[in-house]
Amino acid sequence: MTTRIGVVVFPGTNCEHDVVRGLRIVAGTDGAAGAAGSAVEVELVWHGADSVDGFDALVLPGGFAHGDYLRPGALARFSPVMGAVTRFASDGGPVIGICNGFQVLTEAGLLPGALQKNSGLRFLCTTVPVEICTSRTPLTATVTPGTVLRLPVNHFEGNYICDAVTLERLRDEDRIVLRYAENPNGSIDDIAGICNVEGNVVGLMPHPERACDALTGATDGVGLLRGLLAAASSGRSARSALATA
Amino acid sequence: MRFDVRVEVRLRPGIADPQGATIERALPALGFAGVDGVRVGKSIRFAIEAPDEASARNQATEMSLRLLANPVIEDSDVEITAVSAAGTAPVAGAVR
Repeated sequence: MTTRIGVVVFPGTNCEHDVVRGLRIVAGTDGAAGAAGSAVEVELVWHGADSVDGFDALVLPGGFAHGDYLRPGALARFSPVMGAVTRFASDGGPVIGICNGFQVLTEAGLLPGALQKNSGLRFLCTTVPVEICTSRTPLTATVTPGTVLRLPVNHFEGNYICDAVTLERLRDEDRIVLRYAENPNGSIDDIAGICNVEGNVVGLMPHPERACDALTGATDGVGLLRGLLAAASSGRSARSALATA
Repeated sequence: MRFDVRVEVRLRPGIADPQGATIERALPALGFAGVDGVRVGKSIRFAIEAPDEASARNQATEMSLRLLANPVIEDSDVEITAVSAAGTAPVAGAVR
């Protein structure tokens, strides 16, 4: 049974191939063996699509959707595909927003809060230590909380902010997924990633997909993508069981 | 009727404004003493055809809520000016 992961591409998205390759490396299907018919298929989904039927997980990758004009994610939330993404999320499907994808998810109201300009007013392109705070999400299910990973960040608007009530809820409901061990951008409570109430929608600023290949000197993202693959795969099995029951 | 619309978008009170803070720190170096409370926002201008001023304002307000501002961190004001056939004329004042 093939697990299918959709990688949503808006005009201006530029990390979709990193995500595809990262997932294929972790799935062991990178290279010639990554052709159709293998156990895991990773496919690009254009933002004009009005359906994401048949996918077991979705990733909104980094980049500059619609040029990031007005605000990052402000226009992307109105792309046709976002209606389907929202329905997929409310049905419990795993949705991961990385960097610009996180910004899109907050603008779309799938995650609370907003991402502001970095406190230092500098575009950050570096690698930072990030602590995994919970294992209740697809992304972090296979990583022990407390683990510190070194992950690349690459953003100008990664300074997470929310009101005090929301922050309290995020803490109480175990929805802070990752925290910076060294805060690079001024994010409130060192937040690097959060999830929705159910835990199936996750947004994070760091790029796990860029830390999946020893060739590039970093493999700390492997565990996160492995968790996503496992969640997608088990979701498919569960739906398949329902369909045949 | 045709109306000129100006939407001012600014960060809500209490939201950190790194751009405003940077400008505020720079001003004393240029000899401008005693400046505080610098906040940086956006001014979005456009023209709209609408039956009347109330309709123009309602549409601009809805645009602000749905797209022009992010209500999580930003407030917005809408200012409407009727445009006469001869050109612009400040007929109507600012509205909240």
